[in-house]
Amino acid sequence: MIALTNVTKRYPGGHEAVKNATLSIERGEMVFLMGHSGAGKSTLLKLIAAIERPTSGKVVVNGQNLGSLRARAIPYLRRNLGLVFQDHKLLFDRSAFENVMLPLNIQGYDRRDAARRARAALDKVGLLGHEKALPVTLSCGEQQRLCIARAVVHRPAVLLADEPTGNLDAAYAAEIGELFRAFNQVGATVVIATHDVQLAERLAPRLIAIASGRVDTLAAAAA
Amino acid sequence: MRAWLLHHARAAGAALRKLGRSPLSTLFNIIVVAIALALPAGLYVALTNIQQAVRTLSPEPQLTVFVALEASKAEVSLIDTRLKEHPQVARLRYVPRERALEDMKRASGMGGIAEALERNPLPDAFVVDAADPAPDVMDRLRTEIAAWPKVAHVQLDAEWAQRLDAVLKVGRVALLLLATVLAFSLVAITFNTIRLQMLTQREEIEVTTLIGATDGFIRRPFLYYGAGLGLLGGLAACGFVWTATTVLNGALIDLSYLYGARWEVAQLSWRDSASLLAFAAALGWLGAWMSVARHLGRVRPR
Repeated sequence: MIALTNVTKRYPGGHEAVKNATLSIERGEMVFLMGHSGAGKSTLLKLIAAIERPTSGKVVVNGQNLGSLRARAIPYLRRNLGLVFQDHKLLFDRSAFENVMLPLNIQGYDRRDAARRARAALDKVGLLGHEKALPVTLSCGEQQRLCIARAVVHRPAVLLADEPTGNLDAAYAAEIGELFRAFNQVGATVVIATHDVQLAERLAPRLIAIASGRVDTLAAAAA
Repeated sequence: MRAWLLHHARAAGAALRKLGRSPLSTLFNIIVVAIALALPAGLYVALTNIQQAVRTLSPEPQLTVFVALEASKAEVSLIDTRLKEHPQVARLRYVPRERALEDMKRASGMGGIAEALERNPLPDAFVVDAADPAPDVMDRLRTEIAAWPKVAHVQLDAEWAQRLDAVLKVGRVALLLLATVLAFSLVAITFNTIRLQMLTQREEIEVTTLIGATDGFIRRPFLYYGAGLGLLGGLAACGFVWTATTVLNGALIDLSYLYGARWEVAQLSWRDSASLLAFAAALGWLGAWMSVARHLGRVRPR
């Protein structure tokens, strides 16, 4: 499903966020990219979502080589992905419901069909009672759940999450972990970048350790 | 196709809501656009009216054929026949030299001079209405008749109308220049407005890009916004021009009453108004398109 081969990402200024990384994730797998802040986990996710382009190496997602993908094709690639952001990236000028509707509007869903799917997604994350609420009125955990609802509403094949439990206390984090498990169980490939060890213990995914931009094979073997 | 229409309908709806969300700034934008459009539209109305007035005031251009003083009666009647048979001559009026002198005596101020003359200095004359009043046809007819024997001089007496026509032509060129400059300003206004819009909606653009929006999807509401701004500005401009002509007509009624005539300024026609609206909307669209093309890369991630 996702394959990185000898991928290096060097930012302007010379900082190498990812160094010669090679990894492969199968369809339907749940994988955690584990490592300290600044280890390069976020950059790996951005490379997979075509938000960043690799300086060298090959990134293949869903059978498509992102290096040879034209800029016009990228939106269609992203429609197969669900992105959960650490800072949620919700739109604060519209309701929870409209936020979840956004991916469906982009993809041209019929309004009635879209509304049904959006309610289903909100129900799944336990926010159906808040559909008219503006994101500012939601708690941090609720905002994160709303972000997840938006990421899964169009049933993507791959769910990418960057520190989804970053600012949450343990109880909220556990709730969100269960959501990811549920999506994985219905067949979605789930890739989560995190340093939350408790979450990893709870979900028992395949672990890929990242340390200063390198895929740490030793740690992976130990896990 | 259905999805495409749906996208467009939604984009248009979003643009309308955006126009309605900040009514005051929208209003000011519309006024600026309207002024940029009302200036050339008003000038256009003025020019059209002057042209119309000139056409009604000036009779069809005529040729006056002056016969040589020494011509005999027979020679004069020969010219008369030739003119009558000429295919380009529509109407003909003969003014004998005695009548011309009588007219001159009756004309105020000239009577004394005419009395003092020992003999009649005025020639026989024919006033010719041509079948085709086009200036070049008239000119050719004049040269042709002037070459006939015993014809002293042929005068084309519509020269002032031609001069006015030339002045109006200059006016039209000036109008075109003004319209071009203001069209640029309209594009610049929408360009800048859309740029500000994009800056305030930076987050929305970023998020929609990240979840799979195409450039077209992001661009569309801005294009509708630009076109909508142009259209509303065009409507307001039509309103300005309509109000101005109506007020002017109100003042003219009193004036024309004093002169015992009926003068009226014609309004901007429906067809011209429609083309003004279409033009304004197209310019707004263009400005928005240029702005999005220029700024999307900067606002959006990567």
